[in-house]
Amino acid sequence: MPTYVLTEKCNGCEDQDKTACMYICPHDLMRLDMDGSDSGHAMKAYNQEPEQCWECYACVKICPENAIECRSYADVTPLGGMVQPLRGSDSIIWTITFRNGNLKRFKFPIRTTAEGSADPYAGTPEPDDAELGDHSTLFTKCTHSCDMSQFNAS
Amino acid sequence: MPEYSFDNPEVIEEEVDILIIGGGMAACGAAFELQRWNENKNLKIKMVDKAAVDRSGAVAQGLSAINTYLGENDPADYVRYVRGDLMGIIREDLVYDTGRHVDDSVHQFEKWGLPVWKQEGDDGKSLVEGGKPVRSGRWQIMINGESYKPIVAEAARKALGIDNIQEHVFIVRLINDRNDPGRVTGAAGFSVRENKIYIYKFKACLLVCGGAVNIFRPRSVGEGTGRAWYPVWNAGSTYAMAAEAGAELTLMENRFVPARFKDGYGPVGAWFLLFKARAMNAQGENYQEKNAHMLQEHGYGAYAKGHAMGTCLRNHLMMHELKNGRGPIFIDTVTALANLSENMTPKEIKHLEAEAWEDFLDMTISQCGVWAGENIEPDKDMSELMPTEPYLLGSHAGCAGIWCSGPEDLPGTPDHYHWGYNRMTTVRGLFTEGDGCGASGHKFSSGSHAGGRIAAKSMIKYVLDNPGIKPEMEHSVEELKELIYRPVKTFFEHKDYTTAIDVNPHYITPKMLQFRLQKIMDEYVAGVSTWYQTNAAMLGVAERKLGMLKEDSLKLRAKDLHELLRAWENYHRILTAEAHMKHIQFREETRYPGYYYRTDFLDLDDENWKCFVNSSYDRDTGEWTCKKVPWVELIKEA
Repeated sequence: MPTYVLTEKCNGCEDQDKTACMYICPHDLMRLDMDGSDSGHAMKAYNQEPEQCWECYACVKICPENAIECRSYADVTPLGGMVQPLRGSDSIIWTITFRNGNLKRFKFPIRTTAEGSADPYAGTPEPDDAELGDHSTLFTKCTHSCDMSQFNAS
Repeated sequence: MPEYSFDNPEVIEEEVDILIIGGGMAACGAAFELQRWNENKNLKIKMVDKAAVDRSGAVAQGLSAINTYLGENDPADYVRYVRGDLMGIIREDLVYDTGRHVDDSVHQFEKWGLPVWKQEGDDGKSLVEGGKPVRSGRWQIMINGESYKPIVAEAARKALGIDNIQEHVFIVRLINDRNDPGRVTGAAGFSVRENKIYIYKFKACLLVCGGAVNIFRPRSVGEGTGRAWYPVWNAGSTYAMAAEAGAELTLMENRFVPARFKDGYGPVGAWFLLFKARAMNAQGENYQEKNAHMLQEHGYGAYAKGHAMGTCLRNHLMMHELKNGRGPIFIDTVTALANLSENMTPKEIKHLEAEAWEDFLDMTISQCGVWAGENIEPDKDMSELMPTEPYLLGSHAGCAGIWCSGPEDLPGTPDHYHWGYNRMTTVRGLFTEGDGCGASGHKFSSGSHAGGRIAAKSMIKYVLDNPGIKPEMEHSVEELKELIYRPVKTFFEHKDYTTAIDVNPHYITPKMLQFRLQKIMDEYVAGVSTWYQTNAAMLGVAERKLGMLKEDSLKLRAKDLHELLRAWENYHRILTAEAHMKHIQFREETRYPGYYYRTDFLDLDDENWKCFVNSSYDRDTGEWTCKKVPWVELIKEA
């Protein structure tokens, strides 16, 4: 499903320091049409290369206006289905609409800690420079137990 | 102040001690390990990513499982498993190294906030505290992985500091040292947002920009071109830039052709291993059992022990059905879910259904899009399976990549496996991991993170051991500016020659160049249209056509920064594709039946080819040289 932007909802992130979808797309697909010369819709974003869209939903999930949706690849999938997320800080809710109108809704956790709270070095040991050349350990010193008798040369 | 414009970019130069090129799992692992060792050293470290680290790399969309977590297993068994799956030829030192370090990365992820499924009764108990994970296989554990990458990126960002991360800059070329050409000393690229060229000088560099996607014509060629199994933004940059800098590549003949849910490319792992679904042909036959005798031909069975066999051999058995008109191949999700829910309460059944959907929603949302559009509910309708177009990668179930120095402390490692610094390539100062590190597949997300950490530690040592390095680039800033912006110059020079911007005899659009590459690879280098078959004559044709394509890459045009990105990505794709072709040409056997066949050498030939194939590229002549490198078994047979 290449993503598409709803004209009514997109405000070009004018109140933010960057256009969210343009910032996050891993494949540089989203573009803010400043003056409307590309799309006819000034200060709104659009997917400039839909046939390169992985449908990773990064733009859909990040859009502060919920202005981005997906329409499954037109050369592959019958029209009418829809898969739409609503991503919160600790969970995501998916709404799946089938072509025949059936509906499913799922909610899954996405993280167990507050966003921004990851502390990379909390509780980890100070590294010891004498061990820099020791391949058997990283700074955390949590190498898996190793049965060295499994080596041919042991 | 000069005015900078699209045809006259500003040049930003920066000198650092260590540069990380890429922002995926390996890069984030490296950032985490590097900065801890650096706390009392004050080395300057920078990470450069062509996208945004929160959602870049292969884990951008999320994952529903971590495929490498050893837990109760010994690293030696992990090596045996990888060796069997990749048809015998792997660097066991590198794989063992990943195995002994990988669990710690997973433990960090959980600490930072990644939800890991636990067995009943162990809810809320972390892996470190002894909580038992839900395994979907001997090595795989299930997660709620929608935010896997943002969580890992958050830790990397905090470790490194946001000032040391440059996003939306695409590095396209490594620069060797002027006085010491066997050493890499610079990297050059451009911003995909502003008219700026970036040139970094460094003592050491970690090149981790993923594998190669869209070098073969994909099965879907309209909008669906984007629905690659592996991330469509993986352009082979790792392999191409390393090769151009003179690094030896290894096993570039290896490829991965995953059999996946057709069209959406939804994962099959949980369906086969966790939900116990069976696959069948159009007549409902279990083709794996029916065709098992085929493994006795051509020596393929040497890597099949009962149901345990190299993944390519499963494809081999499946393709036999498709080629003989007995498709489609179905995966019986209906029976699988019915069997599982037999003794379940309605609430438990609801939970099972959610798990089945989450498997896709966490990592391949497209598959749900296909199901929704086709009114497929897995408990009511079966789905089709299909082998995809080929991919080149070194971290998933493939082992293409760069030839790296390994750890020195493992018993029996031969001298040609290590030359000083773990994960350093044959070019001094150039390190790699993740999809870049060859002959060591099955790292997956966790192993790539751990690998980035292994490389990071080694890079710190390299930099401390070599305080005298003064990077001097073999090319001037002006030369690099010329080179990088050539597609822009070409566009401005010729754009008014015709009235149609895309049709012009003086240039080729990145899109058309990609189509041409895909056509060559598909039709001559064992793509889907020949059922993955090739031979010396076909490869000869491919070689000639790829040579001309490489010449034409000098006429790529870029009408904006977005096209400049595509131009360089596709240049990287050409070099990667050429390496793949040259390796397949050199290895005169069929080592990976089900991934590709040399129809002129259908046998798997352990006597002559149980070895690595390594290649090197001469940037000046454009020629590749291939050679055999001895393989050594380190871990005892089971």
